[in-house]
Amino acid sequence: MSNAVLENRPAVPEEIPTFTATLIIRRFDPEVDEEPHWQDFDVVMSGTDRVLDALHKIKWEQDGSLTFRRSCAHGVCGSDAMRINGRNRLACKTLLKDLDLSKPIYVEAIKGLPLEKDLIVNMDPFFESYREVQPFLVASSKPEKERLQSPVERARFDDTTKCILCAACTSSCPVFWTDGQYFGPAAIVNAHRFIFDSRDEGAQTRLDILNDKEGVWRCRTTFNCTEACPRGIQVTQAIAEVKAAVLRGRP
Amino acid sequence: MSVAIETPRSPRPVRRQRRFNFEKWGWIYMRASGVVLVVLIFGHLFVNLVAGQGVKAIDFGFVGGKLSQPFWQIWDTLLLWLALIHGANGMRTIVNDYASNRLVRRIFKGALIASTVLLLLLGTLVIYTFNPCPAGSPADLLPSFCAAP
Ligand code: SF4
Ligand code: FES
Repeated sequence: MSNAVLENRPAVPEEIPTFTATLIIRRFDPEVDEEPHWQDFDVVMSGTDRVLDALHKIKWEQDGSLTFRRSCAHGVCGSDAMRINGRNRLACKTLLKDLDLSKPIYVEAIKGLPLEKDLIVNMDPFFESYREVQPFLVASSKPEKERLQSPVERARFDDTTKCILCAACTSSCPVFWTDGQYFGPAAIVNAHRFIFDSRDEGAQTRLDILNDKEGVWRCRTTFNCTEACPRGIQVTQAIAEVKAAVLRGRP
Repeated sequence: MSVAIETPRSPRPVRRQRRFNFEKWGWIYMRASGVVLVVLIFGHLFVNLVAGQGVKAIDFGFVGGKLSQPFWQIWDTLLLWLALIHGANGMRTIVNDYASNRLVRRIFKGALIASTVLLLLLGTLVIYTFNPCPAGSPADLLPSFCAAP
């Protein structure tokens, strides 16, 4: 009997299968390069690795000058949005095995924002438009006691509370690419989060701000933003709800 | 390669607070006209291509006959105006998106509005004044169905 335990002992784990992934990264060093250029790297990775791990491996073992942002590495902070095989993704949420590894993986910075270095863009314009929609609770009552809200009222804007401001949506939007003045999906998502909050009193102001030439009407319902959002937010739907609210004149 | 915008969302010159919001009404127009156009266009296609003898029936006489009935005159006028303005507004959006040079944008939009107005006027004129058998024309230029003078 005592043998059974020994016999059933898990077999020595086989070596985790590895594979070679080729990453082609769009590099740009403002101090040296006139124009961005593509550079390829081969890295040996295993099935549990993500694009971010491959980037780490390149930076730590092959080319320390590779520059990119990341912080949490677990899809929470929103700092590592990039264009992977032509789609905006978080590098830390994209498993290599979900990509077609028979072909190289193209990695570049998100589009539409000024490129600073390698995979880093200047996010100021993005946060500028975010700030413009007043993304904070506007309430006149004194905070003496909690502001009550029913679960139904909370559910109304639940989807848009999930935003991590990664800019994947805004930088996937063809209107934003060509017209840098457009507020962009992320700002509208965060306006939506407060416009439909029953405790908030600033909805009218935000609706006026977004009823602008560069506001919600710029949206062409392309759905790129919904496809890009790593939090699965129904971005296009949120924009449509804000459009309807502008037409109604109230949330 | 991607177009780099130097300073996205740079402060715009003046934020005019117009009472009539062109973008908003443009957006509403696109939706409303779109719904009506679905009916108008498919009705048009059905009557011209499917109903009766189908596509074989279309000739000069068929069109002339249609344009002599008030029902089809109104139908075609609506079709013309709604579709042309719908298309022109779509073009306007594309120009706004892609023509970043002020002057070029001006020229494009000017050309757009001029051609739209011209086509609307010409089209409307034809719908209401079309006469397949103008009086006093030589008989050999007239279609066969015109009653001999
Ligand atoms: S809506 Fe989604 S894609 Fe856009 S910034 Fe927020 S989390 Fe990122
Ligand atoms: S590193 Fe924080 S979201 Fe990817």
